[in-house]
Amino acid sequence: MTYVDDFPGEARVVRTAFAIAFASIGLGGALGVLQALFRTGYSRSLFSSVDYYSILTAHGVLMALVFTTFFIVGLFTWGVTRSLDTGFRDLRFTWGWLGLMTLGTVLAFVTILGGIVGFIPTHAAVLYTFYAPLEASPTFYLGLALLVVGSWGAGVDYVLALLDWRAEHPDERIPLQTFMAVATMLLWVVCTLGVAVEVVVFLLPWSLGLIPRVDPLLTRTLFWYFGHAVVYFWLLPAYFVWYTIFPKLSGGRLFSDPLARVVFVLFLVLSTPVGVHHQYGDPGLSQGLKFVQMTSTYFILLPSLLTAFTVVASMEHGARQRGGKGLLKWLRALPWENPSFSGIALAGLAFAASGFGGMVNAGLNVNALVHNTMWVPGHFHLTVGTAVALTFMAITYWLLPQLTGKRLRLRTLAAVQPYLWFVGMVFMSNAMHRVGLAGVPRRTSEPQYEQVLFNTPIATMGELHLQTVGGAFILFASLLCFLAVVLSTWLGERGAEPLAVNGHIPEALSGPEHSPRILDDFRVWVALTFLLLLIAYGPPLAAMVQNGLFAPGSAPIPV
Amino acid sequence: MEIHRLEKIWIAVSLLFIVGLIASIVYGVAGVGVGTVGDTGQQLDPSALDDTEFADPGGHWASEDHYVVHVVARQFLFQPGTQEPITVPANTTVTFYVTSPDVVHGFDVVGTQLNTMVIPGQVTEFTTEFDEPKTYGIVCHEYCGAGHQSMAGQLVVVPADAMSQNATASADAANASAVNASTQASIATPEVPA
Ligand code: HEM
Ligand SMILES: [Cu+2]
Ligand SMILES: [Cu+2]
Repeated sequence: MTYVDDFPGEARVVRTAFAIAFASIGLGGALGVLQALFRTGYSRSLFSSVDYYSILTAHGVLMALVFTTFFIVGLFTWGVTRSLDTGFRDLRFTWGWLGLMTLGTVLAFVTILGGIVGFIPTHAAVLYTFYAPLEASPTFYLGLALLVVGSWGAGVDYVLALLDWRAEHPDERIPLQTFMAVATMLLWVVCTLGVAVEVVVFLLPWSLGLIPRVDPLLTRTLFWYFGHAVVYFWLLPAYFVWYTIFPKLSGGRLFSDPLARVVFVLFLVLSTPVGVHHQYGDPGLSQGLKFVQMTSTYFILLPSLLTAFTVVASMEHGARQRGGKGLLKWLRALPWENPSFSGIALAGLAFAASGFGGMVNAGLNVNALVHNTMWVPGHFHLTVGTAVALTFMAITYWLLPQLTGKRLRLRTLAAVQPYLWFVGMVFMSNAMHRVGLAGVPRRTSEPQYEQVLFNTPIATMGELHLQTVGGAFILFASLLCFLAVVLSTWLGERGAEPLAVNGHIPEALSGPEHSPRILDDFRVWVALTFLLLLIAYGPPLAAMVQNGLFAPGSAPIPV
Repeated sequence: MEIHRLEKIWIAVSLLFIVGLIASIVYGVAGVGVGTVGDTGQQLDPSALDDTEFADPGGHWASEDHYVVHVVARQFLFQPGTQEPITVPANTTVTFYVTSPDVVHGFDVVGTQLNTMVIPGQVTEFTTEFDEPKTYGIVCHEYCGAGHQSMAGQLVVVPADAMSQNATASADAANASAVNASTQASIATPEVPA
């Protein structure tokens, strides 16, 4: 029995969420190519330097917020119901939150579009970080708020399903996939509290003219309370795939279930209290605070290093099961022609590379070399743009047949797609990192200045521009392959051929019974998270609020 | 809980690595003295900079061996910086104070460690020393509106004796009038569509 036969209602929810995610990444990718062409000066005739920022806002929102969030709630819906073997309590509630998310997305997107097309009287060229006092139309903030609040509904569904399951299995350990989904959603709720307060209490009333001023530093700090942890909200679903499905794709099984749980708990507890590392260059926050948050930032490397170990170990274990031998020759025994496998393996490779960049970003003083330069998009196109996005695409090849009951089509296109993405990103991201080191700023439509000379060692600026644009086109080609495979599979005939995949996941070598029970008690971990948050964010927020909630304040400045 | 021997080794190595990273930064901050901006405790009303020392931005000697520069970053120029360069003495302690009357800007002296944010209501303070005469570019690297891509400037480091205390007095006067000019220019900045 495939998933769609067992849970037809939930399968439809997952398919709908995925469809919206794929539409976003397709559209966002097209905008990405336009940005690459514009910035590098290859084409400045399609739109103006000013429109660039509306386009960049759309790219950031569609990719970082819409694509990720929709895919994640879909993936977890599958993982939770499959691993608990129970459906959701009431699918009307489920469609309610999915509808809310969709409504929010449409509102935000139309608002952004208003900045480019004349007949929509809205604007939101504030980028996806929307720092006050730059101001967007209220519908932008409202849309984002609905997207976030809707996604909380997904968390409620997972927890309710877990409680139902718990009532029938009082003594069992929480299945790993559900454990991971719940931990991630708890992290998500905790971190989005910051941006929810920012938007609902400050920006929305302010853009409606109900309050005259907001404090730019306070709202910015609330944003970054959310803004770092959100990367773990993107990353953990990829880890969920790496831990629970990837070992099977490699031909083996997960090493250690207990350690996987420890890793997720560490992320839940440590992710949010480190947001200030995005504000190293900000005035108004003390060096001591920045130092403390840098230390915790480095400790959050630990769960990622543990994950690296597990992924490589699972791969090797799988390869040896398949008859692989030797110190490194076992790599050849892996199913590199299977896009689900190769996509994830390449995603992991990109993530390892970007880890080193991340250590540079996190260094209190080294950060000044790269802060807000093109290095930063170079870095996160490897992390969220590859480690996460490529994992999501790869696992779609494996999930879609189970969600639709249709066998994957256009398999050759599917097989080359992850490699294309990887190569495209190597070019684009390498070029971005290097122009960034030369000091070229990010988020700028025309990074050429009369008064400024950028020193690029080794390659010339022209070569790096060519790499950026070339990489962008390869990426877009890869996206088209992905969308073609998805669409043609989706439109295929159900049951025409037996599926080549199934959702069975082998037991871990070391099972959950080897881990302490307290790991499954989320109340403890959430309490600990709030305690750390109080230590990390209590003092700076208290200091800012003491000056007055809206002081020193700024009136809105429309763009 | 049972942890594989290899995993234990990996965890130990990872922890050592993390502690090493932190130690290297501590060394950079405490030993070499490369810091970052902190909290000055100074706040001001961004809509009333005229009542502050930013009313008349520019550089002056605070003492014999300490030069101080006030810069206003606004849509879409640095004052001074864009219309006339910021001039500072070499081999001298220089303190920058930067603020913004409108939105968040960036202040990045390309090719140096001087890379900070400028936030309305806050004062960014950064002390540094330039060892030799040289011209640097400054860019605004935080999106600040429709003309963001045009917001840049220059920082010129000159020999300290070329900026004798007397010479600065008159240079200051010149700065002041230049600032007036640039304020007017900013009002009439043409690039931004309505
Ligand atoms: C076809 C593939 C893609 C291309 C060609 C592309 C290209 C670009 C370019 C050129 C920038 C602009 C940099 C700037 O002016 O600062 C950018 C920014 C960005 N991209 Fe992509 N990108 C792609 C895929 C993705 C993916 C898959 C994600 C995430 C899931 C992503 C997330 C972002 C974000 C968050 C920004 C920053 C927006 C901002 O700074 O406000 N991109 N991208
Ligand atoms: Cu600016
Ligand atoms: Cu700017």
